[in-house]
Amino acid sequence: MADHKAETIDINGCATEVRRGGSGPTLLFLHGAGGISAWAPYLDALAERYDVIAPSHPGFGGSDDPEWLDNISDMAFFYLDFMEELGLEDVHLVGNSLGGWIASEIAVRSTDRIKTLTLVSAAGVNVVGVPMGDIFLWSNEEAAQKMFFNQEIAEQRIAAAAEMTDEQKDVQLKNYFTTGKLSWNPRFHNPDLIKWLHRVKVPTMLLWGENDNIFPPVYGEAYRDAIPGSELRIIPECGHLPHQEKLEDFLAGVDANISKN
Amino acid sequence: MRFSFFHLMPYGAVDLDAIEHTAWINFSNSNYDPKEGHKLYNRYLDELEYADELGFDGICVNEHHQTAYGIMPQPSVLAGALSRRTENAKICVLGRALPLTENPLSIAEEYAMIDNVTGGRLIAGFVRGIGCEYHSYMVNPSSSLAKFHEAHELIMQAWTQPGPTSFEGKYYRFQYVNMWPRPYQQPHPPVWIPSQGSSETKDWASHPDRKYTMLMTFSPIANVVRNMNAYSDKCDEYGYKCQPDQLGWALPLYVAETDEKAIEEVRPHIENFFNKFVLAPTEYRMPPGYSSINSYKMIMENKMKFREQYLSIEMLMENGMFICGSPSTVSEKLEEYQSQMGYGNLVIMGQFATLDHEHTKKSMQMFAEEVMPKLRHIGEPNAAAAE
Repeated sequence: MADHKAETIDINGCATEVRRGGSGPTLLFLHGAGGISAWAPYLDALAERYDVIAPSHPGFGGSDDPEWLDNISDMAFFYLDFMEELGLEDVHLVGNSLGGWIASEIAVRSTDRIKTLTLVSAAGVNVVGVPMGDIFLWSNEEAAQKMFFNQEIAEQRIAAAAEMTDEQKDVQLKNYFTTGKLSWNPRFHNPDLIKWLHRVKVPTMLLWGENDNIFPPVYGEAYRDAIPGSELRIIPECGHLPHQEKLEDFLAGVDANISKN
Repeated sequence: MRFSFFHLMPYGAVDLDAIEHTAWINFSNSNYDPKEGHKLYNRYLDELEYADELGFDGICVNEHHQTAYGIMPQPSVLAGALSRRTENAKICVLGRALPLTENPLSIAEEYAMIDNVTGGRLIAGFVRGIGCEYHSYMVNPSSSLAKFHEAHELIMQAWTQPGPTSFEGKYYRFQYVNMWPRPYQQPHPPVWIPSQGSSETKDWASHPDRKYTMLMTFSPIANVVRNMNAYSDKCDEYGYKCQPDQLGWALPLYVAETDEKAIEEVRPHIENFFNKFVLAPTEYRMPPGYSSINSYKMIMENKMKFREQYLSIEMLMENGMFICGSPSTVSEKLEEYQSQMGYGNLVIMGQFATLDHEHTKKSMQMFAEEVMPKLRHIGEPNAAAAE
């Protein structure tokens, strides 16, 4: 396992939990609605070739839930501050789901510190006529089943959830509450975002599970059509979390995009 | 004691077998037949009007969306209809869900109009709406409480301050708050807060600036007692004595000639209510942010576990979520509970789920004629605290 540490960094008064490990070019990983609870295998794999920085968003995990956090725009500006505060340059920005949405919102505001962008099953856009899966009506069990193509993984997740400590359950609730706050309506997207995605001029890769039950692959196509020169890779037999379900494909996609630059 | 008759207006014609997962949000409205709906609306309005004739002090409607549980998404429409067809009863809208509307002034207007038409018979209920409504209306549950308070402030400003004034909130902004008509009752109609008894609600409703009636709804008796006592304690803390009128209890109730007959007649209907019409999975009822994380955990622990099982009439009577029996049994229970809690408002839901018109009327009449007179004298204002 790569050397890594977890620390709390103050960003303009917001205590932010940051996991960091590995060495190489800087890679900022923005997590999805489920948060980051540990130095996960996909972070470890990335850390073999990158300096991986994986914060918990404000309102998630061990980070503060600040008063000012109302919407995804607040989150995007927070990360512009975050990169400035940590002095990050030439960042390879990777975001999954909710984190992918945040990453796009950062990129339309400024790519000054961003070298490449990789969106993995990203929220943020809407495709009229193709409904998203409504995660807010799913039970935990149903959510696990719909999150993965491989139902063995879903069953492992369900079994693991039954073993969760009270502290872990509290974090899970916190993540769930903040996800609701950021994405209830408009549901998991910002209608204005698509108008400005043409401003993203860094190499962009879109990685999508073929069997994503939340944002079907056509959502990836919408991103591809909106971001000039972007590439969409559909990962077969894969649900909403390619970095967890199809690690090799995920890593190959990230590397391919980063090597373009 | 003051007595009100509350109607949920359930879609009682529903095919019960069609309700498998839930009766809310995405339970298809292909299960709704407008011809049956027409009959039900008129029947239910007849029942509310009959309550006025029988001498109930209040008749009550409320708001729910996209559900067979109650077909009153816009309760003020029916409150308007009742305004002109009733003589004496207060018309209680319990209540309008403030955060669900983009413009709370529309609620202030509806209420003021009813108050003017009836010459001051409106009781204004304010609620947040239950969790399911936030899925149906796509209103962000995380701002529900903050919007509720801001909307309340705006409505009170519209009702009580000579206009035009302006309002600058986080969620609502108006350059000209200048409502026509002004409410008939001055400074404003009485306010009731239907509640499941969160401590935030108790602290807020009992505050000396408000002294709003807290109406405990559909809760096990132990909760009702605990919450009413906590409300009274809070009044003591604020330095005044809680008046019976500040406390209300709403529950389904059924009266028949004997205890046995009552149970026999009402069993399927009350069980349909609690096991079919109420049916909604946790995620439907508890969208994220609707309550604080601590309240969320408490509700999951207490209420949701209870509702996971089939609720029989015996269980419901046992934990006091439902009262039924002969007039004397019902009177005794209500009197005993009143002595524990001190409530001055009793709100009975005398029709529920699939209960038919004849039995509804029979029970209403027996309650009005044989229960109400026995309990009238209790729960009156304390003379000592009246000044």
